[in-house]
Amino acid sequence: MSEQPALLLEGVHKSFGENEVLKGIDLRVEPHEVVCLIGASGSGKSTLLKCVNLVEPIDSGRVIVAGEEITAEGVDANRIRRRIGIVYQSFNLFPHMTVLRNITLAPREALGTDRAEAEKNARALLERFGLLDKQDEYPDRLSGGQQQRVAIVRALAMRPHLMLLDEVTSALDPELVAEVLAVIKELASEGMTMLIATHEMGFARDIADRVCFLEAGRILEEGPPERIFTAPEHPRTRQFLGRIIEAGRL
Amino acid sequence: MLFFAIIAVVVVLAPGSGVVAERFFSPQHLWQALVGSEGEPSVLGAFWLNVKIFTVSEIFILILALVIAVVRGMPGPVFFPFRLVAVAYTDLFRGVPLILILYMIGFGVPGLDLGFISYLPDVIYGVISLVLVYSAYVAEVYRAGIESVHESQNAAARSLGLTRWQSLRFVVLPQAIRRVIPPLLNDFIGLQKDTALVSVLGSIEAARAAQIYGASEFNYASYVVAALLFVLITIPLARFTDRLIARDKRRREAGALA
Repeated sequence: MSEQPALLLEGVHKSFGENEVLKGIDLRVEPHEVVCLIGASGSGKSTLLKCVNLVEPIDSGRVIVAGEEITAEGVDANRIRRRIGIVYQSFNLFPHMTVLRNITLAPREALGTDRAEAEKNARALLERFGLLDKQDEYPDRLSGGQQQRVAIVRALAMRPHLMLLDEVTSALDPELVAEVLAVIKELASEGMTMLIATHEMGFARDIADRVCFLEAGRILEEGPPERIFTAPEHPRTRQFLGRIIEAGRL
Repeated sequence: MLFFAIIAVVVVLAPGSGVVAERFFSPQHLWQALVGSEGEPSVLGAFWLNVKIFTVSEIFILILALVIAVVRGMPGPVFFPFRLVAVAYTDLFRGVPLILILYMIGFGVPGLDLGFISYLPDVIYGVISLVLVYSAYVAEVYRAGIESVHESQNAAARSLGLTRWQSLRFVVLPQAIRRVIPPLLNDFIGLQKDTALVSVLGSIEAARAAQIYGASEFNYASYVVAALLFVLITIPLARFTDRLIARDKRRREAGALA
């Protein structure tokens, strides 16, 4: 591991008022690695991703992206966010813009890419994910799965070094989940570094290089998916996975 | 309908209905007030001034109100003084009756003897007063619109690396303004009528021209003419507002199904 980690978290704490959501997170993500965060709702997965993207300021600790401490004083958060893509559970496409404009807005305004170039890149990405025929549609004319794929493309259009995916399939009808997961798999196969919060255990087992089990703001256990899913060490992990299996989700 | 029918019956059967018919509805006076004559200004001609006041004021109101609304939404302690000014502005100009603002601006500013600023035509002071007062209302309409755009939209824009200003300009404001077009138009219907108040500064607009006619002819058909002119330009705007509201409703319902 001579290479710099793509992402390094050291002792990250985050509270909302009295409620301490992250109680000291240490995490290292190598370039081209796919790390899945699993755990019950409220365990801190989403908050962790938001802290990495500086959407939520952390209370203490450090977040280091490709060698740069982004939580240091005076770091331009906008510049950092341009290098980190984040996709949310609820898509959050801009409803007053066409698909193409949704995708080209940030490259044009934040990176200063000229219009023709930005649209060319956007079309190439749309084509790759089978969405080219939707480029002139407005988001509310698309299915949830299509919207979420557009949201992923929108993040990719910024050519991020790191993608954060926050339960991107949780708001989708079951039959639409697969098309979104297929996109993420393709990204993984291309070597995109990703940190993924997910409830899709089968998917996590399939795609992750490493799985972290979060419980009450701490990473309780981490390791390769084969081990976490078949021989978890921590009793809480066993209990959590036991419930998932009971519910027929693994 | 019944209400109007009762009014009509009362007016027609009232003991003085003959007098009223002559004083307010005499066709000859209606026409003469509309087009004017040697001694009296034409109400229609004067109404053109209302249209100009309205149009110019509206443009400035849309801009000034947006600035106030945006300033009021700026976060963080650095902008606290700016927010305070914006809040004070809306409180002041929504609280004071328009006619008092008109008197203060229209008679106060000339009194200050500030070079050309104190020697502008009366109608300019009227426009300034309308802009000051209506901007306070319209700023609140904008603000409601901005707050109705879900925070996740801003979060998505900021996550893509857009600045706060870029997020406001490209993502939040376009959605906010679309949502507040009906209430904005509603305020502008009020503005159209309130242009008549500018007459207190001496400008001869439709209401004032009607008054002059009435005073010299002892006939009030001129008021009816002025009233009809105001209604005539208000109705299209009101119908247009209705259509936009209906369209919005259809869209929301379509959105709920998706």
